[in-house]
Amino acid sequence: MDLNMGKYVVFVWGCYGATALALGALIIVSLRAQAKRRKVLEALQAAVETK
Amino acid sequence: MINFLANPERFTRVTRPLRPWLAGVTALLFVWGLYLCFASPEDYQQGDTVRIMYVHVPAAWMGLTVYAAMGIASFFGLIFRHALADVAAKAMAPIGAVFTGLALLTGALWGMPMWGTPWQWDGRMTSELILFLFYIGYIALHASIEDEVRAAKSTAILALVGLVNLPIVHFSVQWWNSLHQGDSIFVKGGPTVAPDMLWPLFVMVAAYHALFAWLFLVRLDSEILARKYRALRARLSFN
Repeated sequence: MDLNMGKYVVFVWGCYGATALALGALIIVSLRAQAKRRKVLEALQAAVETK
Repeated sequence: MINFLANPERFTRVTRPLRPWLAGVTALLFVWGLYLCFASPEDYQQGDTVRIMYVHVPAAWMGLTVYAAMGIASFFGLIFRHALADVAAKAMAPIGAVFTGLALLTGALWGMPMWGTPWQWDGRMTSELILFLFYIGYIALHASIEDEVRAAKSTAILALVGLVNLPIVHFSVQWWNSLHQGDSIFVKGGPTVAPDMLWPLFVMVAAYHALFAWLFLVRLDSEILARKYRALRARLSFN
């Protein structure tokens, strides 16, 4: 396995970096939104039940 | 099956146990795929830039696949009023937009050293950009209409109109001469790519599919939760 990309280092690692950044951000945003929405819904359901 | 999963509660119950498994499969496929990407030989003409193909091609394929799935979901939503169709299409759109954006960006980064230019207004690149704009338009339109029913209808029509662009993206390299190379995988007589380079490509394609499946289920669940919240609030304010 060779990680030295020679004269194409900027282009190859630029691609992998951008891909990791974009897909990583998509994963984090999706999981955080899901957790936040679950929390908000559960809080509302709990408030309804205590009424 | 489609009718069975139309109920959001049932859908969530069936798919919840799948999510951690899909996350695990996605991670394993990415580790394996990335190892193969850098263990494969460099190309005799492209040198190390061939490794860009292993992230560019799957992203471009996924951009098309996700939009086709969005179109099918929109069709079911518009014609059959399937309860989860709009939720599914809405959940897919940002994932497809990111894949298509990455296809454009990684393509430009490959084009700079290989073509001497990151961009050309040829059939493939222009239609891929139009695909990206359809995704952005879909997301923006959904966000701009407050009424869920109206938003679902308007965005479904937009998604169906955008389907016309998919064959243009796919066949553009056959219809017009361009800087972009022609098909090398799905061609008569089998792929023209060396097996050493096909393996990393196929494993990365599998990884991107698994990532899409996992993220789709996560975002779908998230959207169902948001709609449940809005429905409960509306019921409370009505009472």
